[in-house]
Amino acid sequence: MRYPLYREARSRITLPSGRPIEDFTLPQLQAGRLAAGDLGIHEETLREQARIAEAAGFAPLARNLERAAELTRLPDAKILEIYEALRRGGRGAVLEALAREIEEAYGARLTAAFLREAATPEP
Amino acid sequence: MTGERSTGSRRARERAAQPVRKDTTIHEWPEAGLVLMRGPADPPSTVRVQQGRVVELDGRSERDFDSIDRFIARHAIDPKVAEEAMAVPPREMARRLFHPDVAAAEVRRLFGGLTPARLVEVMAELDVLEMMLALRKMRLRNRVANQAHVTNLRDHPALLAADAAEAGLRGFAEVETTVGVAGMAPLNAVAILIGSQVGRPGVLTQAAVEEGINLRLAMKGLVSYAETLSVYGDEESFRDGDDTPWSKAFLASAYASRGVKVRFTSGSGSEVLLGHARGRSMLYLEARCILLVKGAGSQGVQNGGISCIALPLSLPGGIRGVLAENLIAASVGLEVASGNDAMASHSEMRKTAKLMLQLIPGTDFVTSGYSVMPRQDNLFGGGNFDANDLDAWTLVQRDLGLDGGITPVGEDEVRRVRRRAALAVQAVWMETGLPTIDDAEVDAAVDARDSGDLPPRARSADVAAARRFLESPATVLDLAAALSRTGFSHEAEALLALTRQRAAGDYLQPAGILIADGTDLVAVSAVNDPHVYGGPGTGCGVEGERRRQLEDVPFAVDPRALGRAGEAPEIFEEGGAARPGHALEVVVAVGPAFGRRLGATLAGLSHREVVERVLEGVGQEQVPARLVRVRHTADCAFIGHEGARLSGSGVAIGIQSRGTAVIHRRDLAPLDNLELLSHAPNLTGDSYRTLGRNAACYALGKPTEPVPVRIDNTARLKHIVQSTLLHRVEVEAATPGAPPLELSLRAERQRA
Repeated sequence: MRYPLYREARSRITLPSGRPIEDFTLPQLQAGRLAAGDLGIHEETLREQARIAEAAGFAPLARNLERAAELTRLPDAKILEIYEALRRGGRGAVLEALAREIEEAYGARLTAAFLREAATPEP
Repeated sequence: MTGERSTGSRRARERAAQPVRKDTTIHEWPEAGLVLMRGPADPPSTVRVQQGRVVELDGRSERDFDSIDRFIARHAIDPKVAEEAMAVPPREMARRLFHPDVAAAEVRRLFGGLTPARLVEVMAELDVLEMMLALRKMRLRNRVANQAHVTNLRDHPALLAADAAEAGLRGFAEVETTVGVAGMAPLNAVAILIGSQVGRPGVLTQAAVEEGINLRLAMKGLVSYAETLSVYGDEESFRDGDDTPWSKAFLASAYASRGVKVRFTSGSGSEVLLGHARGRSMLYLEARCILLVKGAGSQGVQNGGISCIALPLSLPGGIRGVLAENLIAASVGLEVASGNDAMASHSEMRKTAKLMLQLIPGTDFVTSGYSVMPRQDNLFGGGNFDANDLDAWTLVQRDLGLDGGITPVGEDEVRRVRRRAALAVQAVWMETGLPTIDDAEVDAAVDARDSGDLPPRARSADVAAARRFLESPATVLDLAAALSRTGFSHEAEALLALTRQRAAGDYLQPAGILIADGTDLVAVSAVNDPHVYGGPGTGCGVEGERRRQLEDVPFAVDPRALGRAGEAPEIFEEGGAARPGHALEVVVAVGPAFGRRLGATLAGLSHREVVERVLEGVGQEQVPARLVRVRHTADCAFIGHEGARLSGSGVAIGIQSRGTAVIHRRDLAPLDNLELLSHAPNLTGDSYRTLGRNAACYALGKPTEPVPVRIDNTARLKHIVQSTLLHRVEVEAATPGAPPLELSLRAERQRA
């Protein structure tokens, strides 16, 4: 298994902006060529970490990292909005609307299913 | 029933005033949930799987599930192994759990199918030693680590940075802070981020503050892990916190989406504290928490009582119960930060007894928060162990030959990184327009005991600046740029290296931490550094460089230096072979190295002083004294007895170089004596004078009172090493068969 990715597969890691991780250096910073968009983790890296977790026997962590990969596309404010909605005990209509929104706008299929599950007890 | 009152003997009253009696100790009250295991409302353990779906859990079928059951059934219990695992009787499962011949991976596979009630039934089969063996086997990460608390009452940035640097230097893998004033969160996070990287690049940091703020700090790249996600094993308790299993799980994904490591928090006692235990045991409710944490996809948990630790510890089996929490978490595949953070007892003995259960097996983080500063500055309500305990901790590691995650370091190095960290935040504060940190504050932060030693700051200006910083677009990149512009390029590089790791996400794997890899960083976790234990000779040993590091506590001294005599005193002129006397006299016989290779006793008295006082005492009774050196033995009794054989009166004093002295008489067996002064470290000039006088009295046949001896039970403890080393010189100086020599005391040289 190629882990740690940073040592074993560095050339495949990209910054959230899509630039290679090798660009994340002090000279680049000093030249003013690093920006907030370069901070964080790319969704494909999270999916790769999910595969690593799954293979190592940590399946629920893998599911979490897959949801996280989807959430990289969501703006901070949307994330906080969803969290607040879930906290209120997950009212069905509100969560359903959010689920539909993130599915359509961000392709967050897994997270949408998770919100629906929170809203509706199964039979 | 009332507790025993302390109206009895003086001893009982004194015992009742000991620190341990400030701990509240109660009997079980199972109906109220004040019980560690086997609560009256704990359900029977059952599971039923239909079409790959868990439809019955611990005596409840799907339609009666509460939200926690529903979450656990859906996300935590592996339907593929549930029926197989539940068919293994609890005692047999307990045996497999602790036995080194059953691999951890196989245990973990089976534990993936166990229900909360069954997890408790398995734990109930194990005593603490078996649990410790099991915990060692099941720990995720090979390398034992530790987490530090860094806070102070004033939220002082220079002190936070200095303390975080010290934590990094001492080997803590994670450093967490919280706030005195809520608004300070952003700047506290920045201070420990910069400070920790000065101490050791790769330290992960977090700020335990409100989730919304914490997420924003995460998004700015200012924190790299989050441990604030508390869960409960009871629905009502969740509702009190305005949360659900899904909201917490969503939060875990949200943090991960920003490259932040997540650890949940649980621990026995929280539900009963909130009034929702309803006859269920603490461990059953905690087992629900642990499976919820696993189901949410957290890589780990901090548990083992945590902030409620004093509650389980008030009950029978409390320490065993919280050990069981740690063990359940490790067994289901979670990283464990195993408590030992909040104050567990007033008694050092009880605190240490509890600590051993995690320290000896080793856990991913032995404490969930070791207070690097004195506990008075600990805003977590923590400080079970604090700055003053660091030397004891490192010595216990050395004693037991194990790694508890704290590296001994010298004070010069500590002061160096503290200053560097304080200067770095001073520069960043200046460069980014935050309220000035002046040189006096930097100086004070380096050597402060606590925040009371720092000059006061204008809190309102700091809070306003913290708010502006949070609202601004500033990120970790701005901090790195400020560091590089102000001569802290090494620190700037460290922040970028840490942030690169965020992009790689390797530390999101279970038990992930960062260590140095050349000039860069690399993650170690359960994936690339799993703990594999299969009996003696396997598992994480402490070898090579790490062993040397752990043994080299800075206050250890070279015994070769301790045993050296210093300047050779040569206080005697040696004459010919000593002849037996025939007149009334007291012989004063000294050991082979006395006044020659060695110059002073354990009490620090010079050998000249000892001889002069003895002669003075003998002289008080107008009895002549004769000095001889016994050369064939270093043993005090034989030195004295040899002197007695030579003495005209048959009475002699024998004195070893370390100061031990005896009054002997020719007709006694060598190991018998008239008086023995064995407490050499407590002997004074007066003791030796009285000894001399008593010896003269014995020679004259006059009655006398024995030399008064002060009892100091710590004397041996304090002096045994020095005593050993002095005696070694005496033994080396002895020459078998060499006859005793006459001695005379040289005139004292003029003192300069």
